[in-house]
Amino acid sequence: MAASFRTPRDGADPGVDRGLHERTTMTAPAPGPLRLEMLGITKRYPGVVANDAIDLDVRPGEIHALLGENGAGKSTLMNILYGLATPDDGEIRLDGEAVRIDGPSDAIRRGIGMVHQHFKLVPVLSVAENILLGEETMANAVFLDRDEARRQIKDLGHRFGFEIDPDIRIENLSVGWQQRVEILKALYRKANLLVLDEPTAVLTPQETKEIFAVLRRLRDEGTSIIFISHKLYEVLEIADRITVIRRGKVVGSRVPRETDEDDLAELMVGRNVQLIVDRGESHPDGVVFSITDLHALDDRGHEAVRGVSVDVRGGEILGIAGVAGNGQEELVESLAGLRRPSSGTVHLGGQDVTGRGPRALQAAGMSFVPGDRQRFGLVLSFPIEDNLVLTQYDEPPYARWILRDDEAVRSWAERAIKDYDIRTPSASAAASSLSGGNQQKAVVAREFSRDLTVLLLDQPTRGLDVGSIEFIHRQVIAKRDAGAAIVLVSAELDEVMELSDRIAVMYRGEFVALVDAPTAERDQIGLLMATGRRDATLAAAAATTMASPDEIAASGGGAGAG
Amino acid sequence: MEAIYAVPFVGPVLEFLGYLVGIFATTSTPAITLSLAAPIALGALCGVMNERSGIVNIGIEGMMLTSAFVGFIVGIWAQQTFGVSAPSPIFGATPALLIGVVAAVLAGMAVSALHAWLSITVRADQIISGTVINITALGLTGYLNRLLKPTESAGSFQPFVPPQALVDLPIVGWLFRMFLQVGPISMSVVVLAIVLQVLLFRSRWGLRTRAVGEQPEAADTVGIDVIALRYRNVIIGGIFAGLAGAWLTLDFGSSFQNGMTAGRGFIALAALIFGRWTPLGAFAGALLFGLSDAIGIAIRSNPPTGAVGDFLIGIQQAAPSLYNNVFGALPYLLTLIILAGVVGRSIAPAAVGKPYVKEGSS
Amino acid sequence: MRRLLSTWAAIAAVPVLSIVLALGVGAILILVSSLATGGGKLDPGLPITAYAALISGAFGSEKGIVSTLVAATPLVFTGLAVGVGFKAGLFNIGGAGQVLVGGFAAALVGAAVGGQPAPVAVAIALLAGAVAGAAYGFIPGVLKAFTGAHEVVSTIMLNSLASFAIVGLVNDIFKIEGPTFARTADVGNALLPVFIGRNGHIGILLALAVVPIVYFLLWRTTLGFEIRTVGANPSAARYAGMSPRRLIVITMSLCGLFAGLGGSMEILSLGYYPAVFGTAIGFAGITVALLGRAHPVGILLGAILLGAMRAGAPSMQIEAKVPVELIDVIQGLILLFLAAEVMIRRSLRVRAKGATPEEIHTVSRSYGGGTV
Repeated sequence: MAASFRTPRDGADPGVDRGLHERTTMTAPAPGPLRLEMLGITKRYPGVVANDAIDLDVRPGEIHALLGENGAGKSTLMNILYGLATPDDGEIRLDGEAVRIDGPSDAIRRGIGMVHQHFKLVPVLSVAENILLGEETMANAVFLDRDEARRQIKDLGHRFGFEIDPDIRIENLSVGWQQRVEILKALYRKANLLVLDEPTAVLTPQETKEIFAVLRRLRDEGTSIIFISHKLYEVLEIADRITVIRRGKVVGSRVPRETDEDDLAELMVGRNVQLIVDRGESHPDGVVFSITDLHALDDRGHEAVRGVSVDVRGGEILGIAGVAGNGQEELVESLAGLRRPSSGTVHLGGQDVTGRGPRALQAAGMSFVPGDRQRFGLVLSFPIEDNLVLTQYDEPPYARWILRDDEAVRSWAERAIKDYDIRTPSASAAASSLSGGNQQKAVVAREFSRDLTVLLLDQPTRGLDVGSIEFIHRQVIAKRDAGAAIVLVSAELDEVMELSDRIAVMYRGEFVALVDAPTAERDQIGLLMATGRRDATLAAAAATTMASPDEIAASGGGAGAG
Repeated sequence: MEAIYAVPFVGPVLEFLGYLVGIFATTSTPAITLSLAAPIALGALCGVMNERSGIVNIGIEGMMLTSAFVGFIVGIWAQQTFGVSAPSPIFGATPALLIGVVAAVLAGMAVSALHAWLSITVRADQIISGTVINITALGLTGYLNRLLKPTESAGSFQPFVPPQALVDLPIVGWLFRMFLQVGPISMSVVVLAIVLQVLLFRSRWGLRTRAVGEQPEAADTVGIDVIALRYRNVIIGGIFAGLAGAWLTLDFGSSFQNGMTAGRGFIALAALIFGRWTPLGAFAGALLFGLSDAIGIAIRSNPPTGAVGDFLIGIQQAAPSLYNNVFGALPYLLTLIILAGVVGRSIAPAAVGKPYVKEGSS
Repeated sequence: MRRLLSTWAAIAAVPVLSIVLALGVGAILILVSSLATGGGKLDPGLPITAYAALISGAFGSEKGIVSTLVAATPLVFTGLAVGVGFKAGLFNIGGAGQVLVGGFAAALVGAAVGGQPAPVAVAIALLAGAVAGAAYGFIPGVLKAFTGAHEVVSTIMLNSLASFAIVGLVNDIFKIEGPTFARTADVGNALLPVFIGRNGHIGILLALAVVPIVYFLLWRTTLGFEIRTVGANPSAARYAGMSPRRLIVITMSLCGLFAGLGGSMEILSLGYYPAVFGTAIGFAGITVALLGRAHPVGILLGAILLGAMRAGAPSMQIEAKVPVELIDVIQGLILLFLAAEVMIRRSLRVRAKGATPEEIHTVSRSYGGGTV
């Protein structure tokens, strides 16, 4: 995504053509057979070529980054490698030998391990049960040998430098630790080619550093690693080689020392990309949205929001950064009227709206773009036009008394489709027929085109392509400049840093810091996200040991496993 | 002591509790409890097999009914073909009865296979699939029963008569005398529930089943064949539904009536929920239903004396039909109470009701 | 127009095919049954004889057509009692119990107001049946909304409870002296007036009227939009400010209201409530709703089909010696083939575009428990 293309430190001039490097970056092949060769892999789905003659090779003991936008075809390629999809054309070679991979178990047998972006863990089972599942240590033909299993897991953890309790349930682990369980799962199966799909998407900068250390250690012991990402600076930091794919094709290969973020960004997107949103100065006026000592419980009755207070002014963007599961979800739901706060108050434009439902909040001037557009924002089986009035369906002009006015709905829908560039053949097509970016544009069209004083944005660009991200970011800035008070929650720290005027860091249900964006340091924010403290030594100590019961409560359980 | 009796109702309540203790100590009520709990427990074990692997089974009722009919008819056929033989001293078993039970079990597995196909391969809504099975089973057995008009019967198993040596043992003897003078199918439930409990939580099969019911994607990516395991478990679950059917026509009773399952398949689901999807818990839930039934029977056949008894007999004389039906309705009321009271706080296996679609296929 | 026609053809393809397949399997069953009734001889012509008798019994005379319509009338209502639930993602199997409660209330109130002029008496009795049915649908609605008890199990339990309670009440309290069997008093002027044939009562007209009303409710009103939204995506409904709990209770009550009306039609055309009153029309509502793809017009057509089978079955039994119970088997088989829809589509290459009612694939979603 646009916001994540660069670190704040990077000052290179965007737009310089680096295409000349394309041929010069190929280094001499390493001795011995390649660990993996994928040759001319092609996969077509109805109406789209997901992989178009892709070549990819990985050497033994190498970290090879696969870089591409959402929807570029990275996941399809990896599904083919893992036997989850069959290629229409092409050949896969492992250690120089052509193979046909029939399914995950075949892939596992051939030494391929996969850490999926959405973890494939069973939340209610223990660490040991999850790691052993499918490769169980048996006491006899029927029963498990659970003591032996525990011992093996502990040994494995020791070998790679982490202390892990085999009996703790996955749902009680932080996301970072769940990821380590996934890696252990692959190592337990003796993987020598490890695929990690967007492994840092849910991690703090500190957790990312730790996982990078683990990956380097694995590489040095001879494991080959495919690292899938769309974050340029991470790829530059960790990879030995980088292959960029765009719209199903390989568009270039690089080694980190011969490239930079602008070069990679242009390769990835296919055009000169404006890396930083041109957001201009903010001109905030009076406080219109005021939260005082807000508390809220999560679904299991634990306190997830613990005394949040903040004033948001019209014409500013307040970004909320934090590791997923630190109470952001409950905070957003409390503010949007989907969850009743247990105590505290919320004022909107001087009016007390504490505990009001979504309709009352809308009437008071709030618009809300929910984090999960397919779950909350849209009814996928309904026509686009119905979705465009989902939060206004019973208000004039779309309804009079209890009767719907289809004409009014249709004419508004046609206008919105034009104004917000929603690509669809017709307003009566089902929302499920839209691409992710266009679905989100529909939600944005509905929520932005109302009279609003407060705009609540939860992960507004998750999973979108660069074009849609740019579009939505411009709309957000425009709303800010028109005087709206905007609250932005995002798991992408880069997005928060890019868009916000002020940044609040949420940790264990509290705001542990509230800083002005221009003065904020990325590493400082990351540290706060991970530990709630600014002190690096304490933080490091806290981050490398197992989650304590407190952290378990704060993490809200198994965010990544669902 | 006197003072307590002065409080209204305390006297009659104590008296009634004394009566309950009495019927448990002196009549066969404990054994009847186990016996009546058996089909519900078996249905619930069928539910465990299904729902632990992520398949909703609303069709247990229809599976039981089909098995009851098939077991009954095949039993009669076996008796006609192989002749009437003297019942064995153990459970009064005859070849015809044993063949009938086998047929009932196979019928249960066959209907389960249909449910598996509809739920797993066709990916129909699993509740619709179960409902379809219930309606079709009711129609088909009713039609065939009308057509075949069975007038004979293959008889039924007899309750276990423990040998004197066993009865003389201290605790074991008491257990057998009190609880285990029941037919073979009822008795097997105790063993089946324990075995299934151990297998589910200690064996490789159990671990994989629980994984498939909670997070099939996770199981799939480590090479477990989700579809095959679900098929296998649903079909094995049919064995339990088959035994429950056989209980109706070959163990507890010896005839077939249309719709004779009378909602036991649904009550089994309540027992399953009550037991939080564990075999032993479901068995405990089933015992609760057996108990409510058994007490109802005891009160009607052997009414208490004293104030409560007079009150009950008064109602019985004024409204005999209502009086009977209130007892008949008790299990259904209990089911509603359990559903309303327990469901909100107990959590089903996460993948229940969701068809599994492999990644990369559509 | 041609596009509309092909859409309709795509929608109707699977239901029609299910009916054909079910009748085919039914024919095999009739053949097998000819072994039992014909003294061990297979009669290959029997299925044709039986189906011919069925059809002529249902449509071959004015009397037959009227009985078909009369039999279809309650099925329209019980079909809506299931179909409207589907729209909200609810599976109301409680039609049977709601029929009993509605019919019983209509019988008691009808008898009480039986001395009033006919229009008043009929209206009051129908209203009583509707309200009682709605109240009996309200209970599982509240249980689902506030405790998470799944409606499939709770409504089946309520069916049994209604049956036990009403049989007891008729036998012990509301029985009248005279008849050889237990029944309630005559409903007098609340008897549904006959306007066509021997027994073609005005319920037929009410059934025809309710179809466009429900269509209008679902697609032209905000309540209908809310019901459909809750059915398609309850989380989005909550986000949009609708109350899924409220809508579950409203929809279940509405389902009960339709079933209660269906039961009232049966009782008020009979004239009294017999202690033994079948629950067949309640369960047939499930078949009707699935056949009609939860659409009011489809439900009307489905009800006429099943009504015809019920009206024609006695002729089939008399002329071909095939038990009327065959109808129940065919009904189950139709459901079976409907459930296997995906397979039928795949094997016949029928496109599903715009024809799959998603709501009937969502009733399992809420099964896992927890409140909404």
